[in-house]
Amino acid sequence: MVSKEEKIGWSVSDMARNVAADIPNGAYVNLGIGMPELVAGHVPEGREVIYHTENGLLGMGPAPAEGQEDPELINAGKKHVTAIPGACYFHHADSFTMIRGNHIDICVLGAFQVAGNGDLANWSTGAPGAIPAVGGAMDLVAGDIKIFVISKHTTKEGEPKVVKECTYPLTGKAVVDTIYTDLAIIDVKDDGLYVRELAPGVTFEYVQERTEAELKRNP
Amino acid sequence: MINKIVASPAEAVADIFDGAVVMISGFGEAGSPIELIHALIDQGAKDLTVISNNTGSGHVGLAALIENRRVKKMICSFPRTANSKVFPELYKNGEIELELVPQGTLAERIRSGGAGIPAFYTPTSVGTPLADGKETREFNGRTYVLQHALEADFSLVKCKAADRYGNLIYNKTARNFGPIMCTAAKTAIVQTKQIVDLGRLDPEAVVTPGIFVSSVVEVADPAEESKLVADDRRYPW
Repeated sequence: MVSKEEKIGWSVSDMARNVAADIPNGAYVNLGIGMPELVAGHVPEGREVIYHTENGLLGMGPAPAEGQEDPELINAGKKHVTAIPGACYFHHADSFTMIRGNHIDICVLGAFQVAGNGDLANWSTGAPGAIPAVGGAMDLVAGDIKIFVISKHTTKEGEPKVVKECTYPLTGKAVVDTIYTDLAIIDVKDDGLYVRELAPGVTFEYVQERTEAELKRNP
Repeated sequence: MINKIVASPAEAVADIFDGAVVMISGFGEAGSPIELIHALIDQGAKDLTVISNNTGSGHVGLAALIENRRVKKMICSFPRTANSKVFPELYKNGEIELELVPQGTLAERIRSGGAGIPAFYTPTSVGTPLADGKETREFNGRTYVLQHALEADFSLVKCKAADRYGNLIYNKTARNFGPIMCTAAKTAIVQTKQIVDLGRLDPEAVVTPGIFVSSVVEVADPAEESKLVADDRRYPW
């Protein structure tokens, strides 16, 4: 555990930009609730990306102007959204056919913990007495969709979120492809975690100190 | 003459019996058939097993059905939302059962129930606590978990327009669980904003074919759950 210190590394907006840079033109993308939603604002010029929300919309647009909200047009986080020209609606079984059947290309999710082998924990802290709620988290990681995790590198208390083994209940085993944090971009490969890029002013050793799992330098 | 139109929500839900399994459409408030749920509260059936993605908000709709102690068990994927107070309270006190199901598995169990498929294998939840105790099997070197279909005695569904044959179209993301819940219940009861004459729904655009629907009731101006919750309304009024 590392104590609080001055802010270095990427901003949340930078992190969202890093994720967006790895989403190719023409991709169908599901964005999780919270930080992942910011990715939509950073798609590079010239690329067209189609957003899926699992409650039944392909072609999700930005939030509506005030006063234009429609209670029957919402996203998976139950926030008001819009539909772009060319959007379509479908029922829940079709929506999860797109997910589980690997028709969606990329899913961007938040995380409580990611393990060195790509295990993901993002639905429950397993706290006694908490009401368990899973939503679509386990379905999103069940297929072969690319799973991008966007998350601060450590918890508010400074605990590593990239760990040897998840201590929270798992969402899926060996499912994460890339981790985008405020300190680094880390690819999960068969033989371990490879630091692909470091935030400006951040060293490999600095990131490793804040990571429980072993990191490797890109060859 | 075939005429599935009934005069009132009360008439539509009259046959729901104690101990029935009831599917209720909706994702949050979008697609939640609030007038049918309120009619069910008035009707009095209890010991219900309810299959719905969430557990309602505030003290109206599904939350009111639960608060009025009509629900013995919830089968859902996400039993808490920003404004859900009723279910968490009862759950913590051990006064209501919960079967937690991943959202896509919930949808597929309902779809299978309507399609005459008793069970299926899915990759979702493998290696997680939600697969504990469930049968698994390998296909092509990969592990899958066995999930059983869900069927219901009744489903309560909301749509945008219907005709007297029970053909339905929906509104935007309020479609969600409606079409599959119509297929998976012995009796599918639908509230619609509008009843139209036969032939007015484009056959190419019908979402739920009338064969899956038992009765249709027009609720031209349905309540908005979020407004009722913001006004702290409680049902029964």
